[in-house]
Amino acid sequence: MNEVVCSINHVVKCLTDAGVTPDLANLLTIIGGVVLVATVPLITVIFLIWIERKVAARVQDRLGPNRVGPFGLLQTVADALKMLTKEDITPIGADKFIYNLAPIIAFATVILIWAVIPFTPLHIGADLSIGLLYFVAVASIGTVKIMIAGWSSNNKYALLGAFRTIAQLLSYEVPLVLSLLIPVMIAGTMSMQGLVHAQGGMWYVFMAPVAAVMFFIANLAETGRAPFDLLEAESEIIAGYNIEYSGFKWGMFMAGEFMHAFTASLLAAVIFLGGWWGPGVEQVPVLGFLYLGLKTFVVYLFSLVLRSTVPRVRIDQLMALNWKWLVPISVANVLVTAFLLQLTKALGLAPQTGDFAAALPQTIILLLGNLAIVLVVLNLVRNIGRNERMAAAATDAAVGHSEDERVAVGAPGH
Amino acid sequence: MAVVHEWAFIGVFFSLAWVFPFLPILGARLLAPRKPNAIKQSTYECGVETVGDTWVQFKVQYYIYGLIFLVFDVEVVFLFPWALAYNQLDFFGFFAGLVFIFFLFDALVYAWRKDALEWV
Repeated sequence: MNEVVCSINHVVKCLTDAGVTPDLANLLTIIGGVVLVATVPLITVIFLIWIERKVAARVQDRLGPNRVGPFGLLQTVADALKMLTKEDITPIGADKFIYNLAPIIAFATVILIWAVIPFTPLHIGADLSIGLLYFVAVASIGTVKIMIAGWSSNNKYALLGAFRTIAQLLSYEVPLVLSLLIPVMIAGTMSMQGLVHAQGGMWYVFMAPVAAVMFFIANLAETGRAPFDLLEAESEIIAGYNIEYSGFKWGMFMAGEFMHAFTASLLAAVIFLGGWWGPGVEQVPVLGFLYLGLKTFVVYLFSLVLRSTVPRVRIDQLMALNWKWLVPISVANVLVTAFLLQLTKALGLAPQTGDFAAALPQTIILLLGNLAIVLVVLNLVRNIGRNERMAAAATDAAVGHSEDERVAVGAPGH
Repeated sequence: MAVVHEWAFIGVFFSLAWVFPFLPILGARLLAPRKPNAIKQSTYECGVETVGDTWVQFKVQYYIYGLIFLVFDVEVVFLFPWALAYNQLDFFGFFAGLVFIFFLFDALVYAWRKDALEWV
């Protein structure tokens, strides 16, 4: 931390030596830092879109973009340039001010999350003491952009798309926030840097795997990625809330969505995969960029493969999955983890130091608790599924069809 | 001092973040052609002419979800301080949390039994 403070002080000192007042010098340094932090996602998103298209193409046995630049790397740049010269159409009925505000909000809120991401032990925009709460608060502004985009377009499809998207985003916020309670409980801090430091002995994905999976699923839904991409179900509501947008305003929605998905992976890496921790990071802090980047890309690639292989769910299935499965499991997870944490403390197994061996006993107990939750849930799923199949079979028997006949009649191509 | 500095960063970030998406949109406005006409600017609904205004009374299907969400979100705000101080609490703290979460869960079960969780 000292090094950063020194270099910041150095910049401030340079400026004051050059004849700038101290207050102005401080402000200029902060503005420089903001521009630096905000430029990282802007540059990343160009390559994200390329990676996304390449991975989707590989899954579907295509080549993907490969003409512009080496391996098609500059495809996104070409797309952005083309988009700059596209006519921007505002529908006659739209509420102009709000209509133009929505894409700006869409992009800005995602950049804002990056302010609290710890890249290395030294590099972080602002290490707020409530960094985690800041992330939740800023990410939920994203709901506003969809509502105002859908409403101001004065288009029925846009409004319908906005409706179901709001329902989805509101709902999945609950398991997201509940799963974030668990790292806070274990670490006893809400500062992002503090959370990463607390994972020095053991990553939280091993201490709270259920919470990590909940966080991942809820984030998929929050960012509108497949299989939860109902906000842009082309086949049902054309494109949802952004149907009336064209040119760069549409581009801002898309770039914001890609970046939000990547930011979600980044947060999963920070909160559950140990952030910048890796061999030698304490001696050479810059290595943190590499480790964090690698962990983020593992999570991100996983979500990309999910996106290109899993079919979209229906809206009622989506809501049922959240309220009847994810929320109860998250609540149970909070209670089980809370109980086990007190138990380990009472048994004297709570880690006193921050190394691997000290964290091991507690980790094993928490892992067993998580395993119990998973077993109970799997058993429930199996029983409910079996009951439903038996009920369906009973109805079929009463009507006079066997299951085989029903399948044969219903199957396409006969 | 340090705390003030962190929040100053957030404040500057909030005021500058809007510039980044605004600049390309402004650039597009300068570069892009502008030849509006009535058909181009009409509302796009699959090529079918729009009937009436969209800003009428709609059935907001999700308002019950909104209410349940509100219950959970407000309670989670109270749970975060509990989680933050959890390392310093003993078993009494756990049971206090248990009672609190029981009432939270109670609301969900009530909504569930009332079929409020069915998308209609």
